[in-house]
Amino acid sequence: MLAAACGSNGNDTGTPAAADGGSSSDAAPGQGSTAVGFIFVGPKDDVGYNQAAYDGAMAVKKDFPDLKVLTQENVPETDEASRIMETMIAKGAKIIFATSYGHLDPAMKVAAAHPDVVVVQQGNFIKDTVPANTGTYFGTVYEPVYLAGIAAGKATKTNKLGYVYAFPIPQTIANIDAFELGAQSVNPKAETYVVNTSNWCDPAKQAEAAKSLLAQGVDVLTQHQDCTGTITKAAEAAGAMVVGYHADASSLAPKGWVTGSEWDWKAMFEDIVKTALDGKFTGSKYNANFRSGLKDGLNPFVQSKYGPSVTQATKDLIAKAATDIAGPGSPFKGPVVAQDGAQLFPAGKVPTYAEIEAAATVFVKGVVGEIPKG
Amino acid sequence: MTLPIEVLTGAVRGGTSILYASVGESIAETAGVVNLGTEGSMLAGALAGYAITANTGNPWVGVLAGAVAGGALAFVHAFFVLHRGANQLATGLVVLFLGLGLTSLFGAAFVSRQIHSFTAWDVPVLSKIPWVGEILFQHDPLTYLSFVLVPVTWFVLQRTGIGLLVRGAGERSEVLATYGHDVRLVQYLAVVTGGLLAGIGGAQLSTAYANSWFENMTQGRGFVAVAVVIFAARRPLAAMGGSYLFGAALALSPALQARGWAINQFALDSLPYLAVIVVLVLLGKKRAAEAPEGLQKVFELSTS
Repeated sequence: MLAAACGSNGNDTGTPAAADGGSSSDAAPGQGSTAVGFIFVGPKDDVGYNQAAYDGAMAVKKDFPDLKVLTQENVPETDEASRIMETMIAKGAKIIFATSYGHLDPAMKVAAAHPDVVVVQQGNFIKDTVPANTGTYFGTVYEPVYLAGIAAGKATKTNKLGYVYAFPIPQTIANIDAFELGAQSVNPKAETYVVNTSNWCDPAKQAEAAKSLLAQGVDVLTQHQDCTGTITKAAEAAGAMVVGYHADASSLAPKGWVTGSEWDWKAMFEDIVKTALDGKFTGSKYNANFRSGLKDGLNPFVQSKYGPSVTQATKDLIAKAATDIAGPGSPFKGPVVAQDGAQLFPAGKVPTYAEIEAAATVFVKGVVGEIPKG
Repeated sequence: MTLPIEVLTGAVRGGTSILYASVGESIAETAGVVNLGTEGSMLAGALAGYAITANTGNPWVGVLAGAVAGGALAFVHAFFVLHRGANQLATGLVVLFLGLGLTSLFGAAFVSRQIHSFTAWDVPVLSKIPWVGEILFQHDPLTYLSFVLVPVTWFVLQRTGIGLLVRGAGERSEVLATYGHDVRLVQYLAVVTGGLLAGIGGAQLSTAYANSWFENMTQGRGFVAVAVVIFAARRPLAAMGGSYLFGAALALSPALQARGWAINQFALDSLPYLAVIVVLVLLGKKRAAEAPEGLQKVFELSTS
């Protein structure tokens, strides 16, 4: 069966794996696959979410030379995604990574039609029973965001932080909450002003959002967008500080860069691929809603380097918080109170990832702004 | 900054790229050619403007390149429509996808590049006027140029011999031909000029407003420009109003949100598009009857 993987390892150029015709139905999902498919919602060089996932795919390509790595950029979160995944399966892929939040429904559809193919999805959550050939994976994104929030809380002079986000999905809300909780853990007066753009990448809207926040006196900007250059540059141009997301953009803001959070998917992608190839996917930790964090040391979401203005005292505070999260703590360790005063987690409570994601439907106290209702 | 000033300032800031494109499309449509590829010309302008600014360090050279790129794409549209008799609407869409594809391909290398962008320049004296100064006279130079562009375009189209030729090409091309004028040449020039202006609009987006290049960064603003032209009935001043209306609707959402106001942002986000649709529905019949004869043929409209 490996014969089909011979020859070029090029992207998107694979020929249908005719030799793969005899895929035995008794094999474990993903076992002995000759190819791996990755779909991305955006372009592979967005200096952000998609580039990080693409870099992870390229790491797989490098470290599994026998595997054909198929990639497809700009895959919409519609049935078009199912069609592209089907094409990849026709080319021999029995392991598929659907890397955008909205790819879950098409991914589940494809997985149901192909029990011998492992389809894993990045960042969403399977609410019902997780089928034997699927799973979702992610990092505890909010951990480094909380740490960056500490830096932001120490850096602000106006006590107003600004957060530009795209859509109020649980992951984003948890990030905003963690950012504010981190900031207020060292600066009780710090508030986070939020603006959404209803778009993962509309640079002009981002520029407008940044202007609006800066006009309100915000002096530290951060964001949850797919393309991150515009806001980073807008903050630097206005003499404000900026906390990064998705990628190290410190070169865009040499003065204002504080710190940030960025991706490194290599270890997790490769482990998922290896688990599937070995026929051990079903029943593994990835055959679930898997979330890695500081506690297991595999978090694909890591803190970016510090900018010039961050003091040693702040760095020490952050190091201490990181140690605490890796040990008994959590960014959401109680008491955590919602915007309206309702208690989310009681004092002393260390919530699980699932509990945090479930609670991420409201902003915490200290966030200024409303969650848009559909 | 008070809310009305912030929104109106944002209207000018966010409307300028659409303004350039809609003034350009007004010229093309006056000559009887609809260019749905305006979005593509904007994208080409945005990328060329950004790329050349990155390579030369001079945003003015970048804008020039943006204009040329936008014009070149419009030339493709003009060629197929005027020389090959292709369907205008279909060709426009093809040109859009050509622009989208080409800019995605060649733009990838520029996503992470940095530029010395245009910066805001306060007009002496005028920028000090309360309200008006802040709204109109604290912008980038391309915005000020657009203030000049609008009356100049109106004047040229309505009060000069060149304008008469352009209008004639759209309205009564046989008459123009009878008098020995090359109708096709006039239409070529009108369409390419439209593309040049759309290219400048795109370059304004990338080199003066967002200060970054990103694939498909125009996000439909070229189509908004075409819609603006329809409800402005190809009048530059009305196109200016329409462009700023769209800009204001875009600026309203972040301005309200940054103040922590409880609003339905999804409804707010659809406001610009709803406004365009409502105006089109209200004005559609009337405007259709006023359209140049050449355009009516394109849409197969009945004026009776």
